[in-house]
Amino acid sequence: MRAKPVLRVSAKLLIPFILLFALYVQFHGDFGPGGGFQAGVIFAAGFILYALIFGVSNAQAALPPASRRWLMGGGVLLYAGVGVAGMLAGGNYLDYSVLGETPTGGQHLGVFLVELGVGMNVFASVATIFFVFAGRDVRRGEGGR
Amino acid sequence: MRLVEHLPALLVVVPLMAAPVCFVMRRPVAAWGISLLVSWSCLAMAVGLLALVMQGGPISYLLGGWAAPWGIEYRVDALDAFVLVIVAAIGAIVALAAKRSVEHEIPEERRYLFYAMFLLCLCGLLGMAITGDAFNLFVFLEISSLSTYVLVGLGRDRRALTAAFRYLVIGTIGATFYVIGIGLAYMMTGTLNMADLAVRLPDVAHTTTVQAALAFLVIGIGIKMAAFPLHLWLPNAYAYAPSISTAFLAGTATKVSVYVFLRVVLGMFGGTGLLKAAAVPDLLMVIALIGMFVGSAVAIWQADLKRSFAYSSVAQIGYILFGVSLLSTTGLAAGIVHLFNHALMKTAIFLALTAVFMRTGSVRIDALAGIGRRMPLTMVAFLVAGLSLIGVPLTVGFVSKWYLIQAAVEAGVWPAAVLVLLSSLLAVVYVWRVVEVAWFHKATEATMKVTEAPLTVVVPTWVLCAAVVWFGLDATGTMAVARTAASFLSQGIAP
Repeated sequence: MRAKPVLRVSAKLLIPFILLFALYVQFHGDFGPGGGFQAGVIFAAGFILYALIFGVSNAQAALPPASRRWLMGGGVLLYAGVGVAGMLAGGNYLDYSVLGETPTGGQHLGVFLVELGVGMNVFASVATIFFVFAGRDVRRGEGGR
Repeated sequence: MRLVEHLPALLVVVPLMAAPVCFVMRRPVAAWGISLLVSWSCLAMAVGLLALVMQGGPISYLLGGWAAPWGIEYRVDALDAFVLVIVAAIGAIVALAAKRSVEHEIPEERRYLFYAMFLLCLCGLLGMAITGDAFNLFVFLEISSLSTYVLVGLGRDRRALTAAFRYLVIGTIGATFYVIGIGLAYMMTGTLNMADLAVRLPDVAHTTTVQAALAFLVIGIGIKMAAFPLHLWLPNAYAYAPSISTAFLAGTATKVSVYVFLRVVLGMFGGTGLLKAAAVPDLLMVIALIGMFVGSAVAIWQADLKRSFAYSSVAQIGYILFGVSLLSTTGLAAGIVHLFNHALMKTAIFLALTAVFMRTGSVRIDALAGIGRRMPLTMVAFLVAGLSLIGVPLTVGFVSKWYLIQAAVEAGVWPAAVLVLLSSLLAVVYVWRVVEVAWFHKATEATMKVTEAPLTVVVPTWVLCAAVVWFGLDATGTMAVARTAASFLSQGIAP
């Protein structure tokens, strides 16, 4: 694909906006349609487009297996950790109201962090599934297997 | 914060958080250490919950502080707590034995994955037992199922992959049926809380929607628990999975599915009168009886012992369902106590086979010639658990069958009681043929070199065997819990 200038240029133009849109979906999820899952998939789509146009190995270099593993594990831990924080602050598990000064503020913060955890995990998982099918991970025996 | 109040949440959250830690660290020995720590603390928490519930009645925990019919409620009564103890106990014992067996059967770069998946599976199974929300149960069902597919697929034999894939396809159909059933019930009642569903379903029981929901749920859960005609995924999954995965799954996965059956089909639909109108109990009894015979009979002809005892599990699920199908307190108590008893003996058997596999590299019956003298500790443990499968007095198997037959006689189904006894004779055959090969056949050259398995595998096996005898001698504790659970369930069933 590297020889096709139209594809290369348009991909370069599109990818930043895809990532930006993903961040919008992620952080605006409290107010409009969106949230961690959708944002994670869109963010991963940006990397997948990059891999399709510029090659899987370049995309792998931008997003090495170790970082994906940390994102995957870290996302779950962030989500579950917010729940535990609610417990430590005196509420039940996953009770966000006790996290902030006001219950509304606490709910805001809680959902924000939980969705961030979901976004991290979904992004890394979708990217890993793509890389495994694209073949590099299988040959090197790395990644999410 | 008081720790005791949060036990229901912690029981699920601790393994859930430990799993990604194992996954990120990628160090097999550390992952094993974490698994051991987590599974034993889960056992302590589950026993604590059981003690609390037996003293003070059901515990309710509101996730996120949202009130019950709207938010997700974790509800622990005697039945939940009993199943939690079964799962956590088997998990803890298996974690003890896991290290050496995993080192033997799983390549080093994948070992951390085994522990991560083991913890996730534990989390899913505990979550299924603890939750009082029908949809949340589906989420945990998927957590446990997806990790189970990996646990099966980690086997060294390439056939493990096809077995795992087959289980994935069939298991997904089962889970989909479950969620369709719950969706239909939700459509008619507008609630997902199990206790709330049990209250609201009787009013709409005459609709086809609710009847279809019941049908989907029975089939979906039936697939997951490997009830007789829906058991086809189980033998290969158990046979080709790493031995230690089989030991864990055989003692827990199908048991939790039976629990789901009790909770959803009897608990939620018990008050609707649909069960008896649709002849569910009769159908269940016939299927259970056929399952007992077919499972046991097929077990006799298997050359691979893991397959053989996998078929035996199908038969044992039949015994449990037979107790359930009577719909009486005695019958339910017999079924519920057999959940516990079967978990003990089947895990003991599969742990013994794990030990055999470690030393001989095979669990085919002809590879075991004369092994009784080479691995006496393992094989005597196997024998004790095997006798229990048959139902010999002084073992838990006897307790189960005693109460099953008592329940059958009470319900006036004499022929069924006779059939339960007759099918036990088939168990004699499939246990005896192993005994015969292990002790009375001459050792081959290969088995002459075999030595006793490492203590880390033998000791957990013997702990289970000790439990098999202990709870066989004194079943008052387990029966008290089972009776409490059964009387609670049968109260909700419309006459």
